[in-house]
Amino acid sequence: MMTRIYIYILIAALVSTIIRVLPVTIFRKPIKNRFVRSFLYYVPFVTLAVMTFPAIIDATQVKLAGILALIVGTIAAWFRQSLFTVAVLCCVVVFLVELIPIL
Amino acid sequence: MNNSKTKKQIFLEGIKDGFPIGLGYFAVAFSLGILARKAGLNPVQGFINSFLNHASAGEYAVYTVIKEGATFLEMAIMTLVVNARYLLMSTALSQKFDTKTSIFQRILVGFGVTDEIFAITIKRPGFVEPLYNHGAFLIAAPCWAMGTALGIIAGELMPVRIVSALSVALYGMFLACIMPEARKHNIVAALIIVSFILSYIANRAAIFSGISSGTKTIILTVVIASAAAILFPHPEVEDDD
Repeated sequence: MMTRIYIYILIAALVSTIIRVLPVTIFRKPIKNRFVRSFLYYVPFVTLAVMTFPAIIDATQVKLAGILALIVGTIAAWFRQSLFTVAVLCCVVVFLVELIPIL
Repeated sequence: MNNSKTKKQIFLEGIKDGFPIGLGYFAVAFSLGILARKAGLNPVQGFINSFLNHASAGEYAVYTVIKEGATFLEMAIMTLVVNARYLLMSTALSQKFDTKTSIFQRILVGFGVTDEIFAITIKRPGFVEPLYNHGAFLIAAPCWAMGTALGIIAGELMPVRIVSALSVALYGMFLACIMPEARKHNIVAALIIVSFILSYIANRAAIFSGISSGTKTIILTVVIASAAAILFPHPEVEDDD
């Protein structure tokens, strides 16, 4: 299992490094294909959204805590709070909600 | 490139701008460490993975794949899909450096691409001196890697309540990455809602229970993003956001 973990890490590192390094070294002009550009533009938002929900409500001890963290986090992010602020706010919401004994 | 500044000054500017990024990374990486521990990684493996992959969503994918014991091919595809945005960022960055910039410098800049470093690079006017990026990366990446390692170590000592609270930090960060763009573009906002709904269905419906969550993410991403690209081709994709 130890070796397997290192292989997983190496594969991920290799792929992510190729993704990061190739365009900046090869392209001097932007990609022209409209579909590819649009697809690449939409990918991060879809991926991150899919990974966030419903995972956020399954991550906490109490479901309501996760739901409230999602709502508070969305509002804070909407108002362009920093990565750090949004992350901390979500944590605080979960911590406070889970302190309520009846839940 | 601003010729009135010395290379040392530019490098120090990078370090200065990298510092708040590093602080934010530390907290988020800590919660990634908790996840890494659940996937069976030790602190050294967490540190190495974080230093080499330095991507929140990308690492989240790595730990999910390891935890599920998925195939190496799934690991490669998952990394490709989750980090696909770096293709676009790296392409945009290729325009931000002088054509005289050496390949070696470009490789280093490319390796250091993260959402936040991309953001601060693209904000700089004119051509960017690669040393700026190296400075920012040199402060941010170790914070990220240390945060992960400490999350793996201290996650075990922490009360369940604290771990539960920290486990949502990552999702908070994902929200912080996608919502500002959703505010600017209605299509992105609609896509996020569609993604939430389809993801919920894919996770809860019994017929999909045989598919791993990594594969679900890949399929949903390709399907939704392709549909969006066909239906709403982004008129002039901004390279600078």
